[in-house]
Amino acid sequence: MPWFTQKTETPKKAREEIWIKCEQCRAHIFKEDWSNTHKVCPKCNYHGRIDAYERIGITLDAGSFKAINADIIPTDPLEFTDPKGSYKDRITETRKKTKLNESVITGTGTINGQKVTVAVMDFRFQGGSLGSATGEKILLAANYAHDHDTPYIVFSASGGARMQEGVLSLMQMAKTCGGIARLGEKGLPYISVLTDPTTGGVSASYAMVGDVNITEPGALIGFAGRRVIEQTIKQKLPDNFQTAEYLLEHGFIDAVVNRKDMKDTLGKIVSYGMARK
Amino acid sequence: MESLLDFEKPVADLEAMIEKLKKLSVEQKGDFTEQITQLEKKLIEQKKTVYENLSPWHIVQIARFKERPLLQDFIPLICSDFVELHGDRHFSDDHAMVGGFATIGDTKVMLIGNNKGKSIKENVDRNFGQAKPDGYRKALRLMKLAERYGLPVVTLVDTQGAFPGIEGEERGQHEAIARNLLEMARLQVPIVSVVTGEGGSGGAIGVAVGDVVMMFQYSIYSVISPEGCAAILWRDGKEAPKAAEALKLTAPDLLRLGVIDEIIPEPAGGAHRNPQQAAASLKEAVLRHLKKLSTLPAKKLVDKRFEKFSAMGQFGRE
Repeated sequence: MPWFTQKTETPKKAREEIWIKCEQCRAHIFKEDWSNTHKVCPKCNYHGRIDAYERIGITLDAGSFKAINADIIPTDPLEFTDPKGSYKDRITETRKKTKLNESVITGTGTINGQKVTVAVMDFRFQGGSLGSATGEKILLAANYAHDHDTPYIVFSASGGARMQEGVLSLMQMAKTCGGIARLGEKGLPYISVLTDPTTGGVSASYAMVGDVNITEPGALIGFAGRRVIEQTIKQKLPDNFQTAEYLLEHGFIDAVVNRKDMKDTLGKIVSYGMARK
Repeated sequence: MESLLDFEKPVADLEAMIEKLKKLSVEQKGDFTEQITQLEKKLIEQKKTVYENLSPWHIVQIARFKERPLLQDFIPLICSDFVELHGDRHFSDDHAMVGGFATIGDTKVMLIGNNKGKSIKENVDRNFGQAKPDGYRKALRLMKLAERYGLPVVTLVDTQGAFPGIEGEERGQHEAIARNLLEMARLQVPIVSVVTGEGGSGGAIGVAVGDVVMMFQYSIYSVISPEGCAAILWRDGKEAPKAAEALKLTAPDLLRLGVIDEIIPEPAGGAHRNPQQAAASLKEAVLRHLKKLSTLPAKKLVDKRFEKFSAMGQFGRE
């Protein structure tokens, strides 16, 4: 068959496989480009969500990450059941689906050669909610940083407290902050990176009290949910309400950093924070 | 007679009947002693049946009851020489959060607590006890002042939660609460916290990182309101009674979960039935713990507080 009679149009199925549509500007982007930029739209700079492993991969020096306390798992202390079933079954399912043990991964590694302790939340696990095991891991990593004299960096991605663990979830807010406070006393840097989204009980605990608070463009950061606020005040909220840029403007964020610059920015901050050590 | 909660009706009916007979015996000079004694016996049983079988949802209603004693009722009942201190020194004086120097028994303390207000006018002025960031920052300012003067801190918690509104967001509700958690963790003076009514989520823990945390018998402490939880997980806020059950938010639940150290008893039916008695129990418990805590050196105190909160939560190992 001569070349000019061949059908040049890619079949629909194949098209879907190689393109993705940006959620913000609706532009079609090559999947390859999307993954090369680590889910940042090359046209409008929309920053999509990435999972904890991808975050670790782009933040720490290659091969430097070592997990700690990876065996900590959630239980069902309240024997919580709602119309969709038991919390126990839900976590079993989530663990299987995400291949994660909890909504946070903790460990150590290096950023441009400098040793750090990190906690990286993963929104795929129960909306990144703060359960007892999440709090425990974040605290233990803070303790590790404290005992080993390393800076501590926490990447938050969370809808807030985990309702199904009731007040025990709420207590994790105080528990994690207790660990962070000890770092401050020892003069060790604590850097909080609030990624999309960081809300509720996570924003109202460790995520908001970094020595330096950093976020990515467009990230949703807030205490109360937009709907709750609209119901409370019966007013329309500004368009940029609770975005990274809104928080920067109101003085709660030190810098909004593009994903591609995140590693080097963190590296610089760590080097200042550890200048005395 | 106090206003009533629905489930209290059988008790109220009996009380009304006794009252009527007593009145009759005076007015008509009749002798109803026997009937009255019988009814009073029945009343005791009825009270037992009603108040010993309260569901979590009943307890939520008692905790929120409009006649439940508030901070403003407790202040004159448990302390003397109260000197109220105002303002966060940054933005405003949040009337939903009250604080000041107080003397409980012979002990000088910094007393801080939520105040919902009684009349509608007061409710509005105090934003129904829902503090904005300014309220949490005022509380922190007073706690740091207490630390400087070597005064223990007593916090009384009674709020549905921190105010979820636009001013809260723009002035950093998250940051204000988080900062309190961070600072309270290392405060060099004893902290005793008591949930007296509603312990509503971040708004409650933001002033409740205590060396000792107690709850009144019919108070609640929860990560989310039963209505909020029901709206999300049951997709219907009206299922709040079920959510209240599932959330394990009553004082005995929290004691069992290791979140609180002690339950302060209330008069049958709730503190509103005898505020003086409730206040006396509150005062006794607070003083007892303050005395114990006062013997600890600051470093030990803070280490123990860290250990206490570090131990909270339940998880497993794979």
